[in-house]
Amino acid sequence: MMADLTQDPKASLAGAPVIDFDKFKPSRSFVASRKRKDMAMRVLISLAFVVACIPLVSVLWTTIANGVKRLNLNFLSYNMTGVVGGNPTPSGGYGGVFHAIIGTLEITGGAMIISIPIGLMCAVYLVEYAHGGKLAQTITLLVDVMSGIPSIVAGLFAFSMFTILIGPGSVNGFAGSVALSLLMLPTVVKSSEEMLKIVPGDLREASYALGVTKQRTITKIVLRTALPGIVSGCILAIARVIGETAPLIMTAGFIVSTNFNLFDGKMATLPVYVYQEYSTLYANCAPSAGPECVATIPMERSWAAALVLILIVLILNGIGRLVAKVFAVKSER
Amino acid sequence: MGQRIDVNHLNIYYGNFLAVEDVNINIEPNKVTAFIGPSGCGKSTVLRTLDRMHEIIPGAHVKGEVLLEGKNLYDKDVDPVSVRRDVGMVFQRPNPFPTMSIRENVLAGVRLNNRKISKSDADDLVEWALRGANLWNEVKDRLDNPGIGLSGGQQQRLCIARAVAVHPQVLLMDEPCSALDPISTLAVEDLIQELKGDYTIVIVTHNMQQAARIADYTAFFNLKAVGQPGHLEYFADTTTMFNNPQNEEAERYVSGRFG
Amino acid sequence: MSSQDKTAVTMPAASGKTADKVFRWIAYACGILILVVLAAVFLFLLFRAWPLIGGDQAANSKTISDFTGGKATNFWAYVGPLLFGTVLVSALSLLISFFASIGIALFISHYAPKKLATALSYVVDLLAAIPSVIYGLWGGLILVPAIYPFWNWVATYLGWIPLFNGPAANPSRTVATVAVVLAVMILPIITSLSRDIFLQTPRLQEEAALALGATKWEMIKLAVIPFGKSGVVSASMLGLGRALGETMAVLMILSPGLTYSFKLLQASQNQTIAANIAAQYPEANDLGVSVLIGTGLVLFLITFVVNYVARRITEKKVA
Repeated sequence: MMADLTQDPKASLAGAPVIDFDKFKPSRSFVASRKRKDMAMRVLISLAFVVACIPLVSVLWTTIANGVKRLNLNFLSYNMTGVVGGNPTPSGGYGGVFHAIIGTLEITGGAMIISIPIGLMCAVYLVEYAHGGKLAQTITLLVDVMSGIPSIVAGLFAFSMFTILIGPGSVNGFAGSVALSLLMLPTVVKSSEEMLKIVPGDLREASYALGVTKQRTITKIVLRTALPGIVSGCILAIARVIGETAPLIMTAGFIVSTNFNLFDGKMATLPVYVYQEYSTLYANCAPSAGPECVATIPMERSWAAALVLILIVLILNGIGRLVAKVFAVKSER
Repeated sequence: MGQRIDVNHLNIYYGNFLAVEDVNINIEPNKVTAFIGPSGCGKSTVLRTLDRMHEIIPGAHVKGEVLLEGKNLYDKDVDPVSVRRDVGMVFQRPNPFPTMSIRENVLAGVRLNNRKISKSDADDLVEWALRGANLWNEVKDRLDNPGIGLSGGQQQRLCIARAVAVHPQVLLMDEPCSALDPISTLAVEDLIQELKGDYTIVIVTHNMQQAARIADYTAFFNLKAVGQPGHLEYFADTTTMFNNPQNEEAERYVSGRFG
Repeated sequence: MSSQDKTAVTMPAASGKTADKVFRWIAYACGILILVVLAAVFLFLLFRAWPLIGGDQAANSKTISDFTGGKATNFWAYVGPLLFGTVLVSALSLLISFFASIGIALFISHYAPKKLATALSYVVDLLAAIPSVIYGLWGGLILVPAIYPFWNWVATYLGWIPLFNGPAANPSRTVATVAVVLAVMILPIITSLSRDIFLQTPRLQEEAALALGATKWEMIKLAVIPFGKSGVVSASMLGLGRALGETMAVLMILSPGLTYSFKLLQASQNQTIAANIAAQYPEANDLGVSVLIGTGLVLFLITFVVNYVARRITEKKVA
């Protein structure tokens, strides 16, 4: 029977219904309509792309175009003390963001110092020690919950914590750091966890087989291998929180002078500065004031500060991606 | 010098599952002992109990004893970490540390154990281990290149150099050639022959010709059915195993009728 | 082999056992700390909001009526319109950005040439990282004046639809404008997640569809969309979660009101929870802060639900 089949393939079809395949051929008009539909979707998708690009490009373009107007060395190196209305300061500028840059750096640095070690060690626990137990599942779930905390709620938390523990009216930069670290922590845990997971198990085994303890295997082999990815993840996490505004308004407040002390007194930050200047909108110029008094200066300062902020975020993003790419540990796998 | 290993009534469990049943075997010092058998028979598992590497998997434990030169590795006061310094291991796939150079890879065992080592001692140790692994002439001019840049066979010999640099008494090899091409395999097999002067070598292989070529003794592991525990079926010197086995299953296996 | 001449290297006596234990303990503690932190967030917020629940209800009513100009006297009547406004604005923004995001994601994953696609991906990722205060600034200073003619046109010609009841407010600090800004904000997030999913479509399925004579769009419909559906939905939920909690863009653009109104083009109709907290907070007294924290907990709850749904959808797909 088998032999028959191979000799005459048609034999197996004996008795099967005769098919007129021409019936199934798509009609010419149907093919054309499919083609039209394909073309229409192509146009629609490209159109969606173009339409969506308009506002996005506009955001970038207006920030750059309006921002460069006031962005200069003077703007970067002075704070807002001695700025009266729209009049120029003795230094020749119209006030600046020096104090806000210091505040942003210190507060974000504080958040880094809190959340990176905790987040990293938590990831180490999840990947190296927990082996997917009940506790690990709970922690993973709670990290997810945490990543959904709205930034304003993080601000409320830090504010409540400091008023309850230290007393009412305690406004300082560190409270801002606490709020930001709460927002940063889940990102750090998640990205570090991913990076630790992709370190091949072979390397751990190789290290154990050399008689190396678990702690040294983790610190010197696993973390070392995952380092570029972890650093990149942390930088991206910083870039995410460095522009947070709402929690800082509630915790660190706003002042016009430079405050270097993270733990005492109000602290200005770049995003809050942008918001403050935006809310001010216009500066007073006496009718007698000359042309050097600029009534729209708050808006211009706001744009310039926004540009500084965007630049910081973009640079951080660039560095983050570069670190991941350049220092990636080459492995055959 | 190599040390002898005696395994007495060893049962290996993963959680409640008995993976390997009642193994008794005496591994002679300074000889090559090969473990062969069909896949799933537990030969790699037994190998890993000889330096307590199986304990990395949560829930894995053993009953019975493994005596290294008379000292039970599973005594309460024995630290598994120190066992692994006396018993080295080489894995199926070459796994040099990707962040380290060739030189650092060789020194990894010593450095990771937090030993300060002077530059000249380090140089000597690197040369000694790489010569021991037949790799010195190929890499002596590029010791600072990454270990991951070598060919597969060179990487495996680098891993052997890394293992011997800790100066173990016993070397365990888990299918060390299965990921290598024939030429690299030959180089590693030659190396194994040389190394047995200094170490006791236990090698797991799925390649019976390889066992016949390099082993002095051969242990044949088998399992009754899938899901049943594996066991040691037959242990003999290699000539007997492959020419005149006194065991029906072993005879069927070495003549290629199953497995 | 110059075998035994390596006496210089003797094995260490201490095996680092203590370090091992300490390290393990620290890792464990950090894991536990996550639980503690989240518990702390809840407890501190609850503690600070306690006067609202267990305190003097007459004082609470007075505070709330001060906030609302006498319109509401109890907490639920206060949070109701805020919740409504929050959901309205977020849902609208999702509606606007959803199709555009998928369009861009498909454009990047299946239509654009490779070089352009890489560049675009990079730009989208960067846009996702731009701080919301900048979107607020852009919305307030650029979009509000620019979009008025359009809303005016909509109100004039589509005013018969209740949603677009005129007259359009000028300046258009309205729900409609805020929704557009939020849509622009969450667009890069949804796009970037959807693109990643579309790119994971098994090549074989795509080729199978093409080999049957499918056009590109049919291939996308047959292979890419079914594969990416759940991922796209979950990406949208994450975008929605982001929009729900957004403070600055709303605060800087919307002219607030406390009604259950759908009049998208008119000012002073709605307000969101997050923006309300930021707006009222500076002038609030102790009890006022308690009330605001109460609304914050409500916000936390809905974002939690939305995020949870998003995760469940992704998990189901993996399983």
